[in-house]
Amino acid sequence: MRNPLSQTIVNIKPSGIRRFFDIAAERKDTISLGVGEPDFDTPWHVRDEGIYSLEKGRTFYTSNAGLKELREEICRYLSRRMGLSYDPVSETLVTVGGSEAIDIALRAMTDPGDEVLIPQPSYVSYEPCAILAGAKPVIIELKNENEFRLMPEQLLEAVTDKTKILIMPYPNNPTGAIMGKEDLEKIAKICVEKDLFVISDEIYAELTFGENRHVSIASFPGMRERTIVINGFSKAYAMTGWRLGYACGPQEILKQMTKIHQFAIMCAPTTSQYAAVEALKNGDGDVEMMRESYNQRRNFLMEAFQEMGLSCFEPFGAFYVFPCIKEFGMTSEAFAFALLDAKKLAVVPGSAFGESGEGFVRISYAYSLKKLKTAMARLAEFVQELRDQK
Amino acid sequence: MREKILTFIEKNSRVELKELAVLLGMSEVDVANELEAMENEGIICGYHTLIDWDKVTTERINAVIEVRVTPQRGRGFDSIAERIYKYPEVESVYLMSGGYDLLVMLEGKTLREVSTFVSEKLSTQESVLSTATHFILKKYKDHGTILHQEYKDEREILSL
Repeated sequence: MRNPLSQTIVNIKPSGIRRFFDIAAERKDTISLGVGEPDFDTPWHVRDEGIYSLEKGRTFYTSNAGLKELREEICRYLSRRMGLSYDPVSETLVTVGGSEAIDIALRAMTDPGDEVLIPQPSYVSYEPCAILAGAKPVIIELKNENEFRLMPEQLLEAVTDKTKILIMPYPNNPTGAIMGKEDLEKIAKICVEKDLFVISDEIYAELTFGENRHVSIASFPGMRERTIVINGFSKAYAMTGWRLGYACGPQEILKQMTKIHQFAIMCAPTTSQYAAVEALKNGDGDVEMMRESYNQRRNFLMEAFQEMGLSCFEPFGAFYVFPCIKEFGMTSEAFAFALLDAKKLAVVPGSAFGESGEGFVRISYAYSLKKLKTAMARLAEFVQELRDQK
Repeated sequence: MREKILTFIEKNSRVELKELAVLLGMSEVDVANELEAMENEGIICGYHTLIDWDKVTTERINAVIEVRVTPQRGRGFDSIAERIYKYPEVESVYLMSGGYDLLVMLEGKTLREVSTFVSEKLSTQESVLSTATHFILKKYKDHGTILHQEYKDEREILSL
C-alpha cells in the first residue's frame, strides 16, 4: 500500500509540549491556569437570541459570507470602535472562529516561496497555516526587554524581497503585549514602503487595560488596502464554543477568501450568527463588565508576582501574564512539570508559543479571584522552595 | 473611581482594604478616604450579608404587600410611608407607579405574625384604602445573586 499521508502535513512538527498537556489533563485535582478562553458564560441575552432562532426554525445555511444583518453589525462595530470603514457586502466575511479567517487569509494571499513573517511568541496556528498554504514562515523573535512588541528594526531585518505578509498578533496571546499607536505607526510605514500585506489578528481587541484602547493597524495611512483585519466573538463576548469570527479587508482579497470559505465550510453556524447580532447590538455593557473584572485580576497577579519577586513585565492586553522563570535555570517545560508535580498547579510553558517563549510561562487570568489566590499561594511556595534549594 | 469601588463592594463588602486597593489599582489611603467619605455622605448606607434562610432551620416568612393609600395635602405619600416603615418587621417600602402606591416588603416568623400586621396595623391606618398581600414561596435570585447555584468549571484544563 502507498503512503496515505501528505508529506506536507506529516512534516509539520507537532506541538513540543504535547506530553505536558496529556499529563496535566489527566490530573483532575489540579488547579489549572492554562486555558485560553474566558471563564464567563456567554451573556444570557445573547444565548437567549440563539435559542430563539432555534425555536423559530432558523436552522438553514446562511449566505456564504454570513447573515447580511450580522455583516452590517460587524461593520458598524468596526466603525464605532476602531474607526474602520468596510462594506458589509463585499469586504466582510463571517468565519468559523478567528482561526478559520487566519487559515483562509494565508491561503488566499500566498504562493509557494512567499515569505510570511510571524512574530513569536504568539498563537500556535500561524506557522502551520502558512506551511499548509505553501508559504514559507519566517519567525521574528520578540523580546522581553521590548515588552514583546514588534520593533521596527526587527521587522526591517526580517524583510527580504520574497516577504509578502506580516502577521500582527496583538493584543498578544501568550504575552499579553499590546502595540500602541506610536509603535504601530512605525510598523505601518515600513509595510507601505516594503509593499507588505498584513494579517492583523485582533481577536483580543476588546481586552486592553490602562488608558489606551486597542488601535487597528488598518487605520493608518496606506494600510487599509493592504490589511486583513481578523476579529471574532470568542474573547470579547465569551463565546468560544459558538465558533464565530470574521475578516474584513479589500474586496479583491475578500472575494478569494470567500471562495475558499464557500468550498471548505459553506457558511458559519447559523445559530451562532443570530446570537452574534445580539452581542454586537446590545453587548457593550457585558464587555465592559468582563474587562473590568479581568483588569482587577491582572492587578492582583502583578502584585502577587511582585511579592514573590518573580520578574514579569506589565501586560496591557488579552488575559495572560507571561512571567520570566530564567532565574531558576530550568526550561519552561521542566518548570511547568515540576510545578505540576509539586503543587498541582498547571501553567503553559512559554516554549509552546515558539522558541522565543523559552524561559517564560503563560498564566491565564480567565479564572475567579478565589482560584487565582489559591494558585498564587501555591506558586509562591514553589518559587520559594526552588530558591531555598539553590 | 467611586463607581468602581461601589460596584465592587456591592457584591463583596467583606473585601480587605489592601486587596481592594490592589484590585482597583489605587492606593490604600485613597480607597479608605473614599469609603469614609461615602459613608458620611450616606451613599454607602450599610454593609449587609446575603443569607439563604431556607438553608437555616429558623422559620421565616416573607410577604410583598401592595398598598393603595390617599396621599396627604402638602406631604404627599411621605408621611404615610413613614408610619409604615417605622415598623421593624418592614424590610423595605417603595413608592410605585401604576395600580397601587406603596410596595411594602415584610419579614415575619409565622404566617400569623404577618397577617396580624396586615389586618391590625397596616389596614387600620387612616389613609390606607386597600392592601393585597402576596407570600413569597421560593427565592431563586436575590440582590443579583442566584441562590442554590453551584459553579462548575467545564472548560478543558489547558488550551492554547
